[in-house]
Amino acid sequence: MDGAAPLFRMEGISKRYGGVRALEKAELSVEAGSIHAILGENGAGKSTLIKVMAGVVAPDEGKMTLDGRDVAFASPAAANQAGIVCIFQELSLVPELSVADNIVISDPPTRFGMIDRKAQRRIAEEALARAGAADIHPLALVKDLPLSRRQMVEIAKALARKPRILILDEATSALTATDVSKIFDVLKRLRSEGLALLYISHRMNEIAELADQCTVFRNGRNVASYAAGSKSDNEVVELMIGREYSHIFPPKPVRAASPAAPRLEARKLSWTDRLDNISLTVSAGEVVGLGGLDGQGQRELLLAFFGVLRGLSGQVLIDGKEVSIGSPAAARHDGIGMALIPEDRKTEGLMLPMTVRENLSFAALDQLSRAGIIDRAAEQRLIDDMVGLLAIKTAGLDIPVGALSGGNQQKVVIAKWLMRQPRIILLNDPTRGIDVGTKQELYQLMRKLADAGAAILFYSTDYDELVGCCDRVLVLYDGAVKRELVGAEITERALISSALNIHGEESPMSRGVEA
Amino acid sequence: MKDWRYWLAEQRGTLLALGILIVMFIIYTSNHPAGFTANVVQTAANKGVLLAFVAMAQTLVVITAGIDLSVGMIFLLTNCLASWLVVGTPMQTTLGVIAVLAVGLLCGAINGAIVIYGRLQPIVATIATGAVYYGIGLLLRPFPGGSVNEDLADALTGRVFGVVPASLVVLLAVVLVIWVPFSRSVLGRAAYAAGSSETAAYMSGVPIRRGKFAAYALAGLLAAIGGLFLTFFTYTGEAAYASGNAYTLFSIAAVVLGGVSLFGGKGSALGAIFGALAFRTIGDLLFVFDFDPLWQPLFQGVILLVAVSLGAFALFRVRNRLEWFL
Repeated sequence: MDGAAPLFRMEGISKRYGGVRALEKAELSVEAGSIHAILGENGAGKSTLIKVMAGVVAPDEGKMTLDGRDVAFASPAAANQAGIVCIFQELSLVPELSVADNIVISDPPTRFGMIDRKAQRRIAEEALARAGAADIHPLALVKDLPLSRRQMVEIAKALARKPRILILDEATSALTATDVSKIFDVLKRLRSEGLALLYISHRMNEIAELADQCTVFRNGRNVASYAAGSKSDNEVVELMIGREYSHIFPPKPVRAASPAAPRLEARKLSWTDRLDNISLTVSAGEVVGLGGLDGQGQRELLLAFFGVLRGLSGQVLIDGKEVSIGSPAAARHDGIGMALIPEDRKTEGLMLPMTVRENLSFAALDQLSRAGIIDRAAEQRLIDDMVGLLAIKTAGLDIPVGALSGGNQQKVVIAKWLMRQPRIILLNDPTRGIDVGTKQELYQLMRKLADAGAAILFYSTDYDELVGCCDRVLVLYDGAVKRELVGAEITERALISSALNIHGEESPMSRGVEA
Repeated sequence: MKDWRYWLAEQRGTLLALGILIVMFIIYTSNHPAGFTANVVQTAANKGVLLAFVAMAQTLVVITAGIDLSVGMIFLLTNCLASWLVVGTPMQTTLGVIAVLAVGLLCGAINGAIVIYGRLQPIVATIATGAVYYGIGLLLRPFPGGSVNEDLADALTGRVFGVVPASLVVLLAVVLVIWVPFSRSVLGRAAYAAGSSETAAYMSGVPIRRGKFAAYALAGLLAAIGGLFLTFFTYTGEAAYASGNAYTLFSIAAVVLGGVSLFGGKGSALGAIFGALAFRTIGDLLFVFDFDPLWQPLFQGVILLVAVSLGAFALFRVRNRLEWFL
């Protein structure tokens, strides 16, 4: 194993986004003819690492070598040229083009300056066959294919580019079990053909089956590299934990022995393939967290409650009575009193060019107006209250909300909904991209609102926050609730291992024996 | 084995537009006092090809998910220019035609450069450049006038072998020389890919900018071919503001009728041509049924609404309401 010079090396790679460091002097060596797994929790720097390798983002510092020669990629096309091909988690297929068009898209075969459709068809059929997806018709439009088929096309497309290094970022997340086993055969064959494969997955069983070498990332650094199989799942979880605790959380109240009747309840909620039989309750005064890896259905669950999804099955109950919420307007209605703090404040939460005042009062205009005329005095009082309560730092109420800092924008989004005095508050990763000081204020506010009687459902990708803020946490995996953690059970270790769907973390030795 | 099904699905919009055109044209000719004669077809073709060229131009830009509100003005500008340049000996006439086409290409290229490299929204950029192009046209022809090489004009608006309208032959030639190579080239594919999903196209290393630039530039060229034909029909140049705007708006209508998606990435210039010819026939239908011509805009509007509504059915299948706004 040793002695062979690595095919590809990254040394001292750093990347910052604003004040947030995504990668800090990261190192990685990739060898030909092996499968290298990358592990780490949400935000550990895995995606940034891949983006740097694939030429999507340029690193701030550090160097990369391929075959011992220094390389730098200005664009994805340049990385492809060098033989590094990435299959991204968010698919890179063009929906209105056919499967064959997509497979050859970066370098279509041409004859007399025009695309040679016969050759294109041949290449596409070969690539599909190599990916074990010969059942997909090359002329089908990508947008007409289900997600699992698209992912197979994505893999075929990568293979058609004759890569030397193939990066798979959660490439199996949308696949069916049969497809996964086909893909594994393909990957093993590629390894024997001398390709280097970089495999990012949260599924420990997949890594155990495939990987030769593993590297764990934490806080933007590679913290350990080891031969696959030389560490138990629990040792791996141990390596992934260890974030720096930098936030101060308000104290949690002592839980009553018999909790109050639930204010919000879901019974067997299902939606397409994203939500799978979810049942949960949230009582007044309670902060319930939604945990798990990013994209396991948490966002969809919040949207389902808020009346955005169509074709939902199962029941939603408010104060024990079944309700049917058909739109966000219905969800915020007085009888229900629900508010959703969206994840993307720029598109779903605010109208950036409009003023702070206008943004604040939008959601509550119906309560502030009589016969369609806005009661200006009442509006002003309420706005003053909110600006004071949340300590929004703004040069004035009549400046565009886009001029505020990210943290203050997020406060405006929250204040906008608090103006309605909601009884149920859904938060979708509200602290993403805001500064630590504002985060602290939000944690305190959340607790204050709960104490005042609101029921809060809080999704966060930051495990630290879930540990610090929540009375209970539900961990989602593949659209289903995998585990419920209550009170002192909520630890980072428990969150990570249940997010990865590993069982038995309480008895560290039980795992290594089987398999 | 079932390749033809995929082909059919892809061409559905185009075939639908062809179907509408055929039905309308049959109704038209069967009610026309003169019936289905070479003369009737020639007149209809000559009226239709003007919009067909402008609609083809619009299609190229719409495929990239943009819109070109200056096509009608490029059409006018090149008309005014042709009424100065396309005259004299065959040699002079040829040079004149080349110059007019080059100006159209340049206008399109300017649009493309502003939209792609200046990163302005297509709708704003082309309103502005359209006003500039119209302004230049007005300076060239403050009053209607000028002339054109009448031999060439008569040849291209007459009939070939006594039956086939020459304008349709030219339209076909333009399709074969410009549209077919473009749609099958790497640049054409880049234009489609950029219109369908610009991020996916970027991630795949597609030459997005060159593809979009080619689409805008060729749109200018096609509008100029339309402008030349306008000169051949009228023998004069005229900077008629209302007519330029009408061509721009009708080109969008024709594109939609022809099954080209305004969201980009989907459709064919052939569909837009059928759409343009059908849209023109709607107007003529009123004529053969002896309706007051005052009804024409209203009637065209209703037909357009119906056609556009057909395309909106997909919204009923959306399961996440946020996708309505994407």
